[in-house]
Amino acid sequence: MRKLVIAASALLLLLIAAALAWMVVRPGVLPSTSKVVNATTQLINRGEYLARAGDCIACHTAPGGTPFAGGRAMPTPFGNIYAPNITPDDETGIGQWTADEFYRMMHTGISRDGALLYPAMPFASYTKVTREDCDAIYAYLMSVPPVKQKNRPHELRFPYNRRELLVGWRALYFKPGEYEPDPKQSAQWNRGAYLVEGLGHCSMCHTAVTRLGGTAEERAFEGGMIPNQNWYAPSLTSNQEAGLGNWSIKDIADLLQVGVSHRGTVYGPMAEVVYNSLQYLTDEDAAAMATYLKSLPAGDAGPQVPSSARLVQPAVMELGRKVYDRQCGMCHGAEGRGFPPAYPPLANNQSITMATPVNPIRMVLNGGYPPGTRKNPRPHGMPPFLHILNDDEVAAVVTYIRVAWGNAGTPVTPAQVNELRKLLPE
Amino acid sequence: MRPILPRLLAAAAVLISITASIATFDARAQTAAIPAFKAVDSMEARVQGCVTCHGQSGQGTRDEYFPRIAGKPAGYLYNQLVAFRDGRRRYAPMNYLVAYLPDGYLREMAEHFAKLRPPFTVHETIPADAATLSRGETLATVGDRNRAIPACVTCHGAGLTGMEPGIPGLVGLQPNYIAAQLTRWRVGERTAADPDCMKRIATRLTDAEIHALAAWLARQKPPRDPSPESSNLVRMPFACGSQR
Repeated sequence: MRKLVIAASALLLLLIAAALAWMVVRPGVLPSTSKVVNATTQLINRGEYLARAGDCIACHTAPGGTPFAGGRAMPTPFGNIYAPNITPDDETGIGQWTADEFYRMMHTGISRDGALLYPAMPFASYTKVTREDCDAIYAYLMSVPPVKQKNRPHELRFPYNRRELLVGWRALYFKPGEYEPDPKQSAQWNRGAYLVEGLGHCSMCHTAVTRLGGTAEERAFEGGMIPNQNWYAPSLTSNQEAGLGNWSIKDIADLLQVGVSHRGTVYGPMAEVVYNSLQYLTDEDAAAMATYLKSLPAGDAGPQVPSSARLVQPAVMELGRKVYDRQCGMCHGAEGRGFPPAYPPLANNQSITMATPVNPIRMVLNGGYPPGTRKNPRPHGMPPFLHILNDDEVAAVVTYIRVAWGNAGTPVTPAQVNELRKLLPE
Repeated sequence: MRPILPRLLAAAAVLISITASIATFDARAQTAAIPAFKAVDSMEARVQGCVTCHGQSGQGTRDEYFPRIAGKPAGYLYNQLVAFRDGRRRYAPMNYLVAYLPDGYLREMAEHFAKLRPPFTVHETIPADAATLSRGETLATVGDRNRAIPACVTCHGAGLTGMEPGIPGLVGLQPNYIAAQLTRWRVGERTAADPDCMKRIATRLTDAEIHALAAWLARQKPPRDPSPESSNLVRMPFACGSQR
């Protein structure tokens, strides 16, 4: 009997301790300070600028839909996620949210009703945004026209449709906390780091995604395939990919803000980011991001490719050269120097030679226009060659540009081309 | 010891296929549109993104689906570019290419191709008997009053060269392209600005009539002046959003 009492008391104590711990650490406790945001024009303008830096519009707008009204399907390996309506409609949008609730969502990934957000919302990056900047974005979103449009429920497979399980994801991949300036670095560097790591949420694509849809911090900016888009987001740390160690600040800033530069041109999903977001940056902010990106430590370049892997059959080389001279040389030049910034160079262009050949193959198949931006509203474009070149020819010409003019890439196979040929361009 | 014969055979097959590719590439490349321009800073250079499908001057290519765009009214071309960009007209390769281009630039592209008058390319015809062709001709030139189907020529011009600012020319288009567009309109996959006059017409056409129209239209010779008609010549039988 006494044993039973002791056991019962111990259990009770344990329960009380657990409850207390829950009170302390449970997600969803609002910050105690209740701040009222005074929505002045200046604040709203700043909020608009920051919302653009955060590219909210890209995901929260359906194709052809009203800005911020949500409904865009985001295909993920776990099923479709539909971005919600973030216009200030009281019923279907965020009209009833307070600035505190908005900050908690940005900072901790917890919605107004206490639900844990899926990490498709880049709160792991947005957590670095300051309270002041969050308040400005909040003021801006409250100022856009409200749209009554119900949120579409996500179509996630079990077990990913259980939000409770996000507790585990958060423990593994989420560290809340505003950006802490590094006193050893310049103000410009710190501004760049704040934008890249925070609102810019660059790591969402440029860090490899794990099987659980997390981005591993120790592999930050080392590049990865973008899930469900079949584009490769290059490493920002390897000089063999999009590592920017040997780029000039001007070229990096141009690539981000203008969409074209003397070293390369944005395409694919990055074209969308420049179009919706980065073209609106001030010159100072573009230069700050460039300064930070250039300073990223050069990571390991991956396993060394054995020279045998770089051997190209002479017949492939000949076919590649023939295709190049006829179809590509006019714009990219006989020596692959291009006419930058109109037509990018292919010689010494990391985008062409990186280990994963997905991007150059897709460019040859589907062509593409860089985004029309404020500083480059009339970009030059590249036509699709999908219907003109067969798999052997595409493989040969991509192989050719990866090894010609001192480029140190590896050959690609017709089978790799054939796989990508089946995809719809996007 | 791994068997070496299959690997040798495979390597030989690859080599043969590549050698064959070199030969056929030479042959095919004669007809394909190859990028070309005189000055980098020109519209001609900027629209190289269009040429492998629509031809160097927008005259179309041999492909049975890609339309001639040269000489179509600028308003029509602009409406299509904007609709492709915004996803209201769906064709993935076009949606992708123009996704991030601003209005002003799309307008400039439309005006560029609207001004061009390249020669018409010879294209395929689809087989059709005399009765079918006669049915197509009647629909195109007279219409069907009992079913309130106006004649194509009323709006697309006596010479089928279109009408400013928003009605495309039909002459010089491939028959499969014409049939595909009418079918897409009928099922609601292609739309135009409201009121959508083409929708009213396409939903009244049968499969057989679409085939007859495509067969007859694709056989028509272009007039000496392929420019679109001016917009003030006729009263439109149906209200068309694209003409406003």
